[in-house]
Amino acid sequence: MTAVEPQLPTPETRPAVDAVEAGTTATQVVAGHSRIPWRFLGGRAAFYLFTLWAALTINFFLPRMMKGDAVSQYLSRNRNVSPEAAEALRALLGLDTDKSLWQQYLDYWGLLLRGDLGVSLLHGLRPVTEVISQALPWTIGLVGLATIVSFAIGTIGGAFIGWRRGSKLDAFIPITTFLSTIPYFWLGLVAIAVFSVNLRWFPIGKAYGVGMAPGWNLEFIGQVIHHGTLPLLTIVIASLGGWMLGMRNMMLTVLDEDYITVAQAKGMPNRRVLWGYAARNAVLPQIQSFALSIGFIVGGTIVMEMVFSYPGVGKLLLDATNAKDYALMQGVFLVITLSVLVANILADIAYAFLDPRTRQTEA
Amino acid sequence: MSTLEVRHVSKVYNLRGAGQLTALDDVSFTIDSGQTIGLVGQSGSGKSTIAKILTQLETPTTGEVLLDGKPIPRRGAGLRSYRQQLRMVFQDPFASLNPYHSIRYHLERPLRLDKVVPKDETEAEVRRLLERVRLIPDAVIDRRPHELSGGQRQRIAIARALASRPAILVADEPVSMLDVSIRLGVLNLLADLQREEGLGVLYITHDLATARHFSDEIIVLNQGRIVEQGKADDVILRPQDPYTQELRAASPDPERFFASAGPAEGGAR
Amino acid sequence: MTATDATQRRKAAGTPETLLLRTTGPGGHRPDQSFWSKLVSAFAMFRNGKSIAGLAILGFFVLVAIFADVLAPYSPTKVDNSARLQPPSAAHWLGTTHIGEDVLSQVIHGTRGVIVVGFLAAVIATLIAITVGVIAGYLSGWKSEALSALTNVFLVIPGLPLIIIVASMFEEPPLVLIAAVLGITGWAWGARVLRAQTMSLRNRDFIQAARANGEPLSRIITVEMLPNLMALIAASFVGTVTAAILGLTTLSYIGVIPVTTYNWGTILNWASAQGAFGRNQWWWFLPPGLCIAAIGVALSLINFGIDEYVNPRLRSAGERARAMKKKGLDVNDAVTTVRKDTVRTDLASTDLKNPGND
Repeated sequence: MTAVEPQLPTPETRPAVDAVEAGTTATQVVAGHSRIPWRFLGGRAAFYLFTLWAALTINFFLPRMMKGDAVSQYLSRNRNVSPEAAEALRALLGLDTDKSLWQQYLDYWGLLLRGDLGVSLLHGLRPVTEVISQALPWTIGLVGLATIVSFAIGTIGGAFIGWRRGSKLDAFIPITTFLSTIPYFWLGLVAIAVFSVNLRWFPIGKAYGVGMAPGWNLEFIGQVIHHGTLPLLTIVIASLGGWMLGMRNMMLTVLDEDYITVAQAKGMPNRRVLWGYAARNAVLPQIQSFALSIGFIVGGTIVMEMVFSYPGVGKLLLDATNAKDYALMQGVFLVITLSVLVANILADIAYAFLDPRTRQTEA
Repeated sequence: MSTLEVRHVSKVYNLRGAGQLTALDDVSFTIDSGQTIGLVGQSGSGKSTIAKILTQLETPTTGEVLLDGKPIPRRGAGLRSYRQQLRMVFQDPFASLNPYHSIRYHLERPLRLDKVVPKDETEAEVRRLLERVRLIPDAVIDRRPHELSGGQRQRIAIARALASRPAILVADEPVSMLDVSIRLGVLNLLADLQREEGLGVLYITHDLATARHFSDEIIVLNQGRIVEQGKADDVILRPQDPYTQELRAASPDPERFFASAGPAEGGAR
Repeated sequence: MTATDATQRRKAAGTPETLLLRTTGPGGHRPDQSFWSKLVSAFAMFRNGKSIAGLAILGFFVLVAIFADVLAPYSPTKVDNSARLQPPSAAHWLGTTHIGEDVLSQVIHGTRGVIVVGFLAAVIATLIAITVGVIAGYLSGWKSEALSALTNVFLVIPGLPLIIIVASMFEEPPLVLIAAVLGITGWAWGARVLRAQTMSLRNRDFIQAARANGEPLSRIITVEMLPNLMALIAASFVGTVTAAILGLTTLSYIGVIPVTTYNWGTILNWASAQGAFGRNQWWWFLPPGLCIAAIGVALSLINFGIDEYVNPRLRSAGERARAMKKKGLDVNDAVTTVRKDTVRTDLASTDLKNPGND
């Protein structure tokens, strides 16, 4: 933040500019100066707020679209629910038929802002927020790590393959693309069949051994790594193809540009041209598609957690759906949507700083 | 006989977050049938903005455009009839034709839209238009634009502009993107067509030499303002405004160069 | 100042009259293109090796789907308790399931659900994408921004959880409903791409010319813009088919879509539930997965072909590099070394400063 507000030239203070000297005939432009692209970020922030509102409203309507009697049964089956919890559940799930829809909507927002997402049937009436916050780190940890690894390998690999076009490395593209068109769940199951059942290199599922108590000790962490390797590898292999293909295609387009030829003609070492010029420009659309693919990554995690019985939010959602635990379903959907939004915001901020064109003001 | 009058037109663009850009500032001039007006200025002086305003692709911020004394309607039948009267030839022959459609299609559309001839005469009229721009109809009529050269494409763009039998033709730097060797041919074609059809032509260019050669009157535009206006010879040979003088000094003139070099070096004439 | 003054000046300058131009291309009258030849040339994007290979594989699966009843040796649900969990044999080419059903017949019949849902979902999604994307790209101002915001909302809201929740609300969702839900959650990507491309097309001169000539908006979009967007629409369609097929099979495997309709995902659901993966009953779980992969590969190949058509740099980049390598050059060398033996020494004596007689 600057301590002093930058002085923008006003029509009175602007010096008379000789058009021919200045090299432009654009008249009377009052230019804006900004290093931080406020307009860009402001527009994005407005969009995210709108999306958040839309997602929460969809979330509001979800249980109300389900057959009403099932929801009432849900409550009637559970006599142990405390009156406050029952009240919250009614508001969340739309059983307050005596209240108007608008009133229900307001109550829903009130509950959300207080952080009350109801109680979970499936998990002994513990608050939904507590159940989710236990599962969330597992998902974010594994999937986050896998995505970063896959993005890094895919982008660097794709840049290199694009640079060495026409070489044998080109074969990687169809191979990795084939791997990513295989349905992920099948890949995971086959991986388990081969590596866990037959070769016994890895355990079959779950995040850690049965009977093991979570704690920050070496044995537990070792088990987590051991259990997590196979899921991580399958995610990386399945998603590698997309990153590699996208980066390689962008590289091919960028390498045809004149500024690359200029850099090479200047005598720059090839390594610098490749990484400092070509890859740097080619990676920008990759970051944009990274942001957009986060939604799909979330879909993938549900499948992964089912295949590997991994205790993340995806498995939570599936269990809740099967058991018709509506409050938990609604809560997990909310958390997933929020995570996707946050990840998108972070990616947008990264993009805004990396692409100098967004720092200019657009006409 | 038609008269197009531009009266005190200004165009101001609002740039998002960066202030305003005044592209045109109180511009006024008249084009009559049978007259060629040259509009001269460097890049960014507002020449293309005038073209866009005249073809109603943009609307002026202040001021108005009148055809035969009547302002241009914003929509409806009046706008369509105005559009039939004023047509434009674009600068870039590579971009002004739809790569997907054949030449026949490009020339049929304006004929059909403005109902210039009855339906069964459309094909004959398309061929007639191609012949008027000195192209052999059979050789180009079924081609796609990318199969033709730049000069051919620009001739087809001219044919398309003439299809609706307009009164006024706006030529926005029609030869700037063509090979130098064929520019004269296309410009002479435009001049002949203008004479035969009695068109009023607004010839927009940055090239002083061709402007003088083909225009009756020249208007000089600088930073959106008209700085000089008058008969072609007067403006070029006896420029009053300093900007016009600079423009003239900047354009290469063989007589000046060899005169200063002296007869000893024996430069070729 | 009359026109004749300018004319006289030009004549005085001795400029040549315009000559009848002869066109340089091969002469002769090309006959009017028939409807079929126009259709074929419209699909030029498919006319390369990769696309043709992909289309061939896809065509194979479509034929299997159409003729499933004829091709399958048994009914997929025919139970035969005497032949349970058998590996492939002459009677059962792909072995049997845990209750003696023929795996091959199940896979063949499963093709139909996959193809129908995949294409139907893609048609729905692409139609929405074209409508929203092209209109958002052509208009400007708040209408365009609003449509763009709508597109982005659908992009960001995670699709699979939404489908899971929606599908779980129905007891027996029909295939059409599943296709519709997949289509409605999958149009956003294509719309975004189309909007960007339409925005860049809108400022092209030929569109401006059409507008200046008074073409109505509907014609500008359908006749002037859409043909130029065809390649993008095709690529988007193919990608959506892939996504829909993967989505359908995943949902079937998870069990969200009930197992009464046969598709490759439900076969895997049964296989997994019966522990086939843990018991090396590979004939049960490999074929359906491989089929999904095969269709995925076919669709990717088609998209590769379209990519190369749209961006010719992708097509020729590898070839050019290989050709240069044969000559001993690296495509990444900025400077080509000059071989000494090619420099002409007989010119050395010429004095370039004195051109002599001109």
